Amino acid sequence: MAPRLKLFLPLILFAGMAAFLFRGLSLDPQALPSALIDRPLPEFTLPALGEERTLSRAEVVGEVALLNVWATWCPSCRVEHPYLVQLAASGVPIYGLNYKDEDAAARRWLAELGNPYRASIVDREGSLGVDLGVYGAPETYLLDAQGVIRYRHVGVVDERVWQTVLQPMYQQLSAQGGGG
Amino acid sequence: MKAWSRLVLLALVLVSGPALAVIETYEFSSPELEQRYQLLSAELRCPKCQNQNIADSNAPIAQDLRKLLYQQLEAGAGDEEILDYMVARYGEFVRYRPSFDGATAVLWLAPILLLLLGVMVAALTLRGRRGSSAGAAALDADDERRLRELLTRTEQES
Repeated sequence: MAPRLKLFLPLILFAGMAAFLFRGLSLDPQALPSALIDRPLPEFTLPALGEERTLSRAEVVGEVALLNVWATWCPSCRVEHPYLVQLAASGVPIYGLNYKDEDAAARRWLAELGNPYRASIVDREGSLGVDLGVYGAPETYLLDAQGVIRYRHVGVVDERVWQTVLQPMYQQLSAQGGGG
Repeated sequence: MKAWSRLVLLALVLVSGPALAVIETYEFSSPELEQRYQLLSAELRCPKCQNQNIADSNAPIAQDLRKLLYQQLEAGAGDEEILDYMVARYGEFVRYRPSFDGATAVLWLAPILLLLLGVMVAALTLRGRRGSSAGAAALDADDERRLRELLTRTEQES
């Protein structure tokens, strides 16, 4: 019986390999874990978009919030924008990081499409972007009330992403912040 | 000969693509720094375009990282310092030769384990083959009698 079982060995190997590769088909190779998960948001001092002031870490930190990396050169940001406006309207605090963009174009974008951001940090050189490990736009970071990065989503935030991924964490963090 | 030169030409065309992609050049204060720049930019992986190093990629993030690399080299930072800086922001992913730890152990050890497995399978197969060929030659008495019986039967039938 044993030699006969041995004949099935290639089939078993193949099945294992197939299962492994099939799993790989549904993984997103672009979704890298952030190196900054559970680390505090880096310090920065950068101008605010469309305002005569500078923003620093202290102004963004204080409650559970989203930090959304966006730019007018990024087509996916345009796709994502209406949903961010909707989220902001429902009371979720969102800060913008206007990443390697031009001020005039960015201001026009917000005037035309609506402004979901409490404030937008202007990162023309991408220096805060590098400190955050940003490698493209859009990216969205979930910050807790202490300003610690809890999650990074790479790509468009839409209703599905919000409801399945971000909202559960957002609510949990908000509840923790309220309790202690 | 003509086919050969065509192949060489094709290879050259294929190879020159990424070289053209990189546009900016940096002036280094010493050739030693430039050499370290070449080595490090070949070893750092572009986070956006994942199968290129930052030296070959023209993604905006790769340009930024090259600029940072240049600035840090000129500021006198050591290789380890620069790699740590990159890893702190982009994770071990950014290195083509990640450091050995729990998460990368599979990556480092898998080739050795697979090689050992292959050697083992080859050894077992070779030994098994030698054993079975010897066994096939020596039929036991019972089998030999049946074989002769079958042969004579087919001879009679034909």
